Amino acid sequence: MPDKTVEKVTTATGEPAPAVVAPDSGPGAAKARSLWSDAWHDLRRNPLFLISAVLIVFLLVMAAWPSLFTSASPRDADLANHFREAPHWGNFFSPEWLGYDLQGRSVYARIVYGARASIMVGVGVTVCVTIIGTVVGMIAGYFGGWLDAVLSRVTDVFLGIPFILGALVVLNAFDQRSVWVVIMALAFLGWTQIARVARGAVITIKQADYVVAARALGASTYRIMFKHILPNALAPIIVVATIALGGYIAAEATLSFLGVGLTEPTVSWGGDVNSGRADLRVAPHTLIVPSVMVSITVLSFLMFGDAVRNALDPKLR
Amino acid sequence: MGRYVIRRLFQMIPVFIGATFLIFVMVYALGDPVAALFGDKAPDPATAARIREDLGLDKPLWQQYLHYMGNIFRGDFGTAFNGQKVTELMATAFPVTAKLTFVAIVIEIIVGIALGVVSGLKRGRPLDTSLLVLTLIVISVPTFVSGYLLQYLFGLKLGWVRPTVSTDAPLNELILPGIVLALVSLAYVTRLTRTSIAENARADYVRTAVAKGLPRRRVITKHLLRNSLIPVVTFIGADIGALMGGAIVTERIFNIHGVGYQLYNGILRGNTPTVVGFVTILVIVFLVANLLVDLLYAVLDPRIRYA
Repeated sequence: MPDKTVEKVTTATGEPAPAVVAPDSGPGAAKARSLWSDAWHDLRRNPLFLISAVLIVFLLVMAAWPSLFTSASPRDADLANHFREAPHWGNFFSPEWLGYDLQGRSVYARIVYGARASIMVGVGVTVCVTIIGTVVGMIAGYFGGWLDAVLSRVTDVFLGIPFILGALVVLNAFDQRSVWVVIMALAFLGWTQIARVARGAVITIKQADYVVAARALGASTYRIMFKHILPNALAPIIVVATIALGGYIAAEATLSFLGVGLTEPTVSWGGDVNSGRADLRVAPHTLIVPSVMVSITVLSFLMFGDAVRNALDPKLR
Repeated sequence: MGRYVIRRLFQMIPVFIGATFLIFVMVYALGDPVAALFGDKAPDPATAARIREDLGLDKPLWQQYLHYMGNIFRGDFGTAFNGQKVTELMATAFPVTAKLTFVAIVIEIIVGIALGVVSGLKRGRPLDTSLLVLTLIVISVPTFVSGYLLQYLFGLKLGWVRPTVSTDAPLNELILPGIVLALVSLAYVTRLTRTSIAENARADYVRTAVAKGLPRRRVITKHLLRNSLIPVVTFIGADIGALMGGAIVTERIFNIHGVGYQLYNGILRGNTPTVVGFVTILVIVFLVANLLVDLLYAVLDPRIRYA
């Protein structure tokens, strides 16, 4: 669940100052690399990163053009196929490949078409949360004083409410829940972890010599914040955001499973697990296939985030 | 120490008020409790207005909040819409969830720390790498997936345990749900312990302890482990609050009538007094657990002193 990811991530990157470390340009190093090109150099050699990147590209293609993967429609229901199981030696990727569900819809077509909602929610929430969190964290960290005190208490308040519980309350108020409603609800509750990380990074960076120098040269507050502090605070924010992305996908699936996530006609893996719940004894495949799909997707994004963290945080090398 | 505790208690007040007010606003502003009472039927306007007046729902939100908080401090959490006192619901629900959380935390501590120590001491070896990959997989499997898979496997296929938990929730029936609830945190505990052990294994005090001829077992348990557990304790402490509120999914899968079950039904049926009351208690648990963790710091690490 995402709130647990929060705890872990904030402790793991509790002192986010990797960006301030200058690359070591000893006599052996031919050319001093920036933090980013150094990280990229590392990532290209990391098997976990390569595997997860391939999986993510695959999922993105599936989300964008589902008809490339199956000719069947996820909403075509033929009751003659009710709970028909997968043939033992059937064609891979044919509509009957993974069997049919209660209403005789192809389980394979449903998981292919379900990718779009999951990916959109994951990416959408992460983008919103990163923007809100960075703005709040930068204001709190840069200006300090009473503004910081107020914003930090507000952050604490949001952290005090369990994530899934808050999302249940907010989403239950809507009858028709599209992807956008779910994104807004999760972003409303989830911006706190990025805000904390951004605040910590900004507090460290604003004491750096180059910031003091920029201020002495008469740079405006706006210029200092966006040209000097933000680029250097970005590394820890990106790390937390990538890892959180997987968590948001899991959260969406969990909420759909609880019956307050995406509603029909949106095809959603969590929703399919929820409808397969009652038939666990009769047709376990209707529950297991979308469950496995959610897990693989979350795993790809977590692996990706883990690899990015290892590459960007010099202390973990 | 005493002054530190008092200061922390005062800092908790605004967070407590803010969190309860936030949930109060979300529940009352987003849902309509009177409409929820009538289910799918449209309520008769006159009756609806009378109920609103009876329940004090016609007053401004901040007045309702103050009234509600005033009642809470007198021990009155209000009445659920079916006429049962919310405190009665709490008296049956909280012990069940507390038991479930207890089982989960014990599993988390024993298995998580043991795996973390093994992994941290063998850093870089195949065992460590496979444990790391395994924890990553466990973290990415959402609770509802692991819950159903384990229930299907042990409850239905193998028949080792009852697939669902009976009403009074005896401890032995809570073992499987406890494992399901603990799984993700267990993976985090393993990873945290591993990092911490691997970092401290190279510390001077460990070398000293080995050099003076202490048996390996004693070096690990008395010197290395005690110093490495601080981040783990923080995580577990914060996790108590998260697990109690996060048991919704586990309780739904195994049909456990605890806090998550009551909250889930309360939210879906718009049963506002139940929801706000339960969340208030959860927020208190969360805040107190965090305070206790900070105090435990000083016990585990004598270098930390609170003025």
